[in-house]
Amino acid sequence: MSALIKARKAVGLAVGCGARSLTQLAELPELHQMMRQTCRDYADRELAPIAAQLDKSHTFPAKQVRELGAMGVMAVEVPESLGGAGMDYLAYSLAIEELSRGCASTGVIASVNNSLYLGPVLKFGSEEQKQQWIPPFTTGEKVGCFALSEPGNGSDAGAASTVARQDGGEWVLNGTKAWITNCWDASASVVFATTDKSLKHKGISAFLVPMPHPGLSLGKKEDKLGIRASSTANIILEDCRVPLGNLLGERGMGFKIAMQTLDSGRIGIASQALGIAQAALDCAADYAHKRTAFGAPIAKMQAIQFKLADMAVALESARLLTWKASMLRDAKKPFSKEAAMAKLAASEAATFCSHQAIQVLGGMGYVTDMPAERHYRDARITEIYEGTSEIQRLVIANQVLKEYQQ
Amino acid sequence: MAARVLVGVKRVIDYAVKIRVKPDNTGVVTDGVKHSMNPFCEIAVEEAVRLKEKKLVKEVVAVSCGPQQVQETIRTALAMGADRGIHVEVSGKDYDTLGPLQVSKILAALAKKEEASLVILGKQGTFASEVTIDGDKIKVIREIDGGLETIKINMPAVVTADLRLNTPRYATLPNIMKAKKKKIASVKPGELGVDLTSRLEVLRVEEPAQRQAGVKVETVEDLVGKLKEAGRI
Repeated sequence: MSALIKARKAVGLAVGCGARSLTQLAELPELHQMMRQTCRDYADRELAPIAAQLDKSHTFPAKQVRELGAMGVMAVEVPESLGGAGMDYLAYSLAIEELSRGCASTGVIASVNNSLYLGPVLKFGSEEQKQQWIPPFTTGEKVGCFALSEPGNGSDAGAASTVARQDGGEWVLNGTKAWITNCWDASASVVFATTDKSLKHKGISAFLVPMPHPGLSLGKKEDKLGIRASSTANIILEDCRVPLGNLLGERGMGFKIAMQTLDSGRIGIASQALGIAQAALDCAADYAHKRTAFGAPIAKMQAIQFKLADMAVALESARLLTWKASMLRDAKKPFSKEAAMAKLAASEAATFCSHQAIQVLGGMGYVTDMPAERHYRDARITEIYEGTSEIQRLVIANQVLKEYQQ
Repeated sequence: MAARVLVGVKRVIDYAVKIRVKPDNTGVVTDGVKHSMNPFCEIAVEEAVRLKEKKLVKEVVAVSCGPQQVQETIRTALAMGADRGIHVEVSGKDYDTLGPLQVSKILAALAKKEEASLVILGKQGTFASEVTIDGDKIKVIREIDGGLETIKINMPAVVTADLRLNTPRYATLPNIMKAKKKKIASVKPGELGVDLTSRLEVLRVEEPAQRQAGVKVETVEDLVGKLKEAGRI
């Protein structure tokens, strides 16, 4: 009996994020519609036309990032007093989705800056740290990055081997971080290092490190399958010294900071995946109307129709999960489970939709003349970074089982 | 300093959408079709906002005529930096037959009522490629066939915007939020003393003739021959 009551409570909590919020699932408020349209217009006119070229040349879209900064999109949740747009996470999710629909690389650049860099500084920084480390990163002139993964551990974040020791008025960092998005273009990083290995994950702390900086060097840019306009590389720390005041939060709080940051970051990546999936669906549906075979447009064939239907369902389901996670976060309610579900669903929808889009396009889907092949390559990473699909399943299962605690 | 600029913004079918004629040939399909601000109206709004930023005018008022939906277009102008909006309510049959004559009467009446020194509109007729305010006169550079012509005009004046006048800004997120708080006043054409009766009657709407494929010829003689055949020469 008690298990049933606890389960009902869990459902009640999920549903009770407010009648206003539920209506938002059906139709976005006018403010959000306007900003979504603005981001869509920007993506259609400024990002989509250059996305293929950016991908081919692996070029960081510096001009576009500055323009997005001027629009407030590089710091959506940051309060206006610190230079941000002062909007909510639902608005952020919509912005990242629309940007990613135009260019997935630009989407991740904006997402990492918003969720993984500005996010933890905003949440855990002191007033002084916020004043120093936030305003320059809201304008698009500078972007930040997040250094958690290492060559020896990705999913196993608690096993950090990068160390930080105190030496007088400074922290000294040593170690290597891997797979860091934005690092070749970043001006600062949130770096996770262990200040006490014996405490395992409770011994990890977070540090703010400016870039470039003595003792910090970058590995070679990874040659990736997709999102090639964003840079990814190792960060190597060799006696890298930062003032004591660069500790973010408290000593030993690093793991908690990382996990909470990733909870929100998941909504950003889910949004990126939605944008890629939508772009793939747009491409496939448009092509189906135009391409004729066996005497009619292929849109008339059930095999193609069923694919488009499945793509649309996968995409819309993931979108609603993403919106719900955003709304729960905005309502300051627990959202870890929903964020993990959103990221899992959206990333799998992105790979599914882009896979099917190539199938609909046939031979044309395999060549660079059409964007389908780029969507396919861009989609794949969404199932891996900011928590692999396997980790997401563990997070979700953990939450579900808690609801039924014996 | 000139007090007020009036900018006309029109809600039209989005320029990227393929226009379809209704099956009964009475007009074009508008239901469910994406609408946006006329791109030339965007340029007009941008120019007005820039004049305000240069402190050459005090207030930018965005005006649109039509049903409830045009308020979206007015809000977009507000998000770009206009200070307030005026929605002239025209709907149903009146909206279907609303033409340039009635709209110009409405704008003229509003310009008088609001004491606007300058009205900027999307292009038609004279097009400006550069606008500056010099004391109580407006200096306009316009593109004509032979090159560029610079003219000075007294205010109040009407200027229409051409493609090369500026590149409209994207609304910033903070401005979109501020736009929500800006006022849009509603007014009926009758209050402005404008009669909406149309002098035009739409008989029929048709798609433009399909473009025929071109024909390639080998020699100049063939070309002359073909042109004679087609009755062109």
